[in-house]
Amino acid sequence: MRFVVTKACGGGGRARAGSLYVGCCPTPIETPCLLLSTRKGLPTFVSPDLLASLPSPESRLLHVSPLHFLECPSPRTISNIGGLHRMLGLHECIFVAAPRDSIESLPESEGTNKLGPSFETPCGRRLVKPKEYMDMISSLKPNLWASLADEVPAWVSEKRNKTSVDRTLRWLDDCLALDLESGANTLGAIVGGSCVEERKRCATEVAMRNVSGFWIGGFGLGEGMEERPALLNAVTDGLPEKKLRQISGLTLPEEVLQGVAAGIDLFESTYIYHLTLGGFALTFPLDIVERDILHSQLSDTGSDCTKINLRATVYRKDTTPIVENCSCFTCQNHTRAYINHLLNVHEMLAQILLEIHNTHHYLAFFHSIRKAIKGGKFDLFHQRFMEGRRAYVTSAVGCS
Amino acid sequence: MIGTIKGLTNNQLEDIGCQIILGNTYHLALRPGADLIDELGGLHKLMNWKRALLTDSGGFQMVSLLHLADITEKGVTFQSPVDGKRMLLTPEESIQIQNKIGADIIMALDDVVKTTTIGPRVEEAMYRTLRWIDRCLAAHQKPAVQNLFGIVQGGLDPVLRDICLRGLVERNLPGYAIGGLSGGEDKDSFWRVVAQCTAALPEDKPRYVMGVGYPLDIVVCSALGADMYDCVYPTRTARFGTALIPEGVLKLKHKVMASDERPIDPTCSCMVCKNYTRAYIHCLVTKDAMGSQLLSYHNLSYMMRLSRDLHTSIVEGRFPQFVQGFLRAQFPKGDVPKWVCNAMEVAGIDISACCAPLTSSQN
Repeated sequence: MRFVVTKACGGGGRARAGSLYVGCCPTPIETPCLLLSTRKGLPTFVSPDLLASLPSPESRLLHVSPLHFLECPSPRTISNIGGLHRMLGLHECIFVAAPRDSIESLPESEGTNKLGPSFETPCGRRLVKPKEYMDMISSLKPNLWASLADEVPAWVSEKRNKTSVDRTLRWLDDCLALDLESGANTLGAIVGGSCVEERKRCATEVAMRNVSGFWIGGFGLGEGMEERPALLNAVTDGLPEKKLRQISGLTLPEEVLQGVAAGIDLFESTYIYHLTLGGFALTFPLDIVERDILHSQLSDTGSDCTKINLRATVYRKDTTPIVENCSCFTCQNHTRAYINHLLNVHEMLAQILLEIHNTHHYLAFFHSIRKAIKGGKFDLFHQRFMEGRRAYVTSAVGCS
Repeated sequence: MIGTIKGLTNNQLEDIGCQIILGNTYHLALRPGADLIDELGGLHKLMNWKRALLTDSGGFQMVSLLHLADITEKGVTFQSPVDGKRMLLTPEESIQIQNKIGADIIMALDDVVKTTTIGPRVEEAMYRTLRWIDRCLAAHQKPAVQNLFGIVQGGLDPVLRDICLRGLVERNLPGYAIGGLSGGEDKDSFWRVVAQCTAALPEDKPRYVMGVGYPLDIVVCSALGADMYDCVYPTRTARFGTALIPEGVLKLKHKVMASDERPIDPTCSCMVCKNYTRAYIHCLVTKDAMGSQLLSYHNLSYMMRLSRDLHTSIVEGRFPQFVQGFLRAQFPKGDVPKWVCNAMEVAGIDISACCAPLTSSQN
């Protein structure tokens, strides 16, 4: 694995563009980039042959949680099959393993003890120790893996928070000791909750270990959006410029932008999953710097112009695609009316088509972030985007 | 289907060789509604399906799904599932709805009775079916683009079947369905009805056995001269974790599958068998949407391959050998069911080699 920062914002800005080179993937992944969420290694709804229709190589970067395989197949069977890439038939995909998936493997800090972190999973509450975790990692053979972290919600005591940092550091050392690649594929986990000092301490300590990048956890667990930038900066301040930074728990576009502004490169997000389950399709405009959102037309349905809910009866006869000129499989082949019908009759094809479109759209959002960074316009992009999201609230047009 | 085959996209269906999809008139008329489909340009347009579509009459679901379904000369009276009101589906209305949906093949509304029914009801239903076909024909507004198939009824009674067959053949329809089967009758009665019908139906028109079915049933009916089939079995059984393979079925839910590193079917070249092991599919089935998607994909591929193999073996003049190979795979001990042996005899296919237990000299 090789990571190179190709453009730093400079002038006090921390956002940066980079390139991630991984052996199995023929073209480098440009960062900042999104990791697609998976269930047992495959997207929730989009089968592998349809995954191929999404833009490459961005859609080849997948987040996998080893905890999805707690019941089966066994590490031995997975090893026999040859690891994740063989087992899933996705030989050119890049897999990044991290236990927390924010959907069905949720950190359960009360169950956690000195031996390992605890998670709520479909198999019940499970404690994962470093030895067991590294067994799974060595059989799965992901391209990158995050070490175990004690992620605590924002409201825990100072003492509990401090303990979480101590444990996370110890587990990192335990995992590294068991790692046959000596940290070459390791993302050292960083926690610290809502305490700037602890965040700094953890980051600095992890940076001293022989890891090839960093996995930043503990966000999206109750901290407010306003306090987040300081916490993010406290982390990235303590990290070397040249190494990869991945974060979990920043889901929404606004949150992703906070992460980009702090210098994060890879994002795990469950936004697409939740949108898809709700019957939502992303529609927000991507040419944010070029157009002036504040003064552009707002839709008269009182919607927020960021997404539409295809269950709404207004789409029953709408023969237009979700987004005009969207080149995704869904928009090229199907109409809003069809998806509305599929949702009404509870057919899984609705979720498949929505996941394809939403993934395509969100990946395009990341593409426009990268474009803004490379063009030296990220701060403007960030500001305009945030203004645009609030425009429907602040505008004079009433929702009668 | 109700506008989609369980989780597969159009291009996936095209990839596996699907040529025609059956649309469920009853469900489509409920949601999104025949008028809406018509307004949007027909079901092909709504789904963006570029190949063929067939709709049933809506009658079967009404009889099997609804309470208080009552059949009179006018039509099928039933209780609307939406508001409980009494509704009537007449032959005219069934055809009108199907005209709006716009499928390439549409089915006449027939008076269908359970095969296990005996007595005068069966005869009444057969004659009514003949009267209703005329009403369907009269109501059909698009004969140039939509092919109206008649459905042969008559229960298990050869005399009644014969009357119905003659009546339908007289009307010179574009195609014929053999209805009223696949409802719990014993297999021996089942194949005899199919055989009688295929013998009497015109050689140059398609014969469609409705509601069939299991791969073995399809092979037998094809040997007897049938051409088309429909069944929910492949996708329904996929959702329960069962895969279709040449040997029969494979229950992916079983614990023993958790460590089985083979593909579902080593002879299958579908995307699922080329990429996945039984062990991996085992961990998905009944738990994750992707599991039933992948299994549906494989099962439908299996059925498409079976159809293709049947077709090619007939064209290449080696149909009997294909049947023998099929039966050997399903019944390696030679325990081919008697009804299959009887049917193959009438069909003129020699399967004696598969029926006796194999001795070492025959290996």
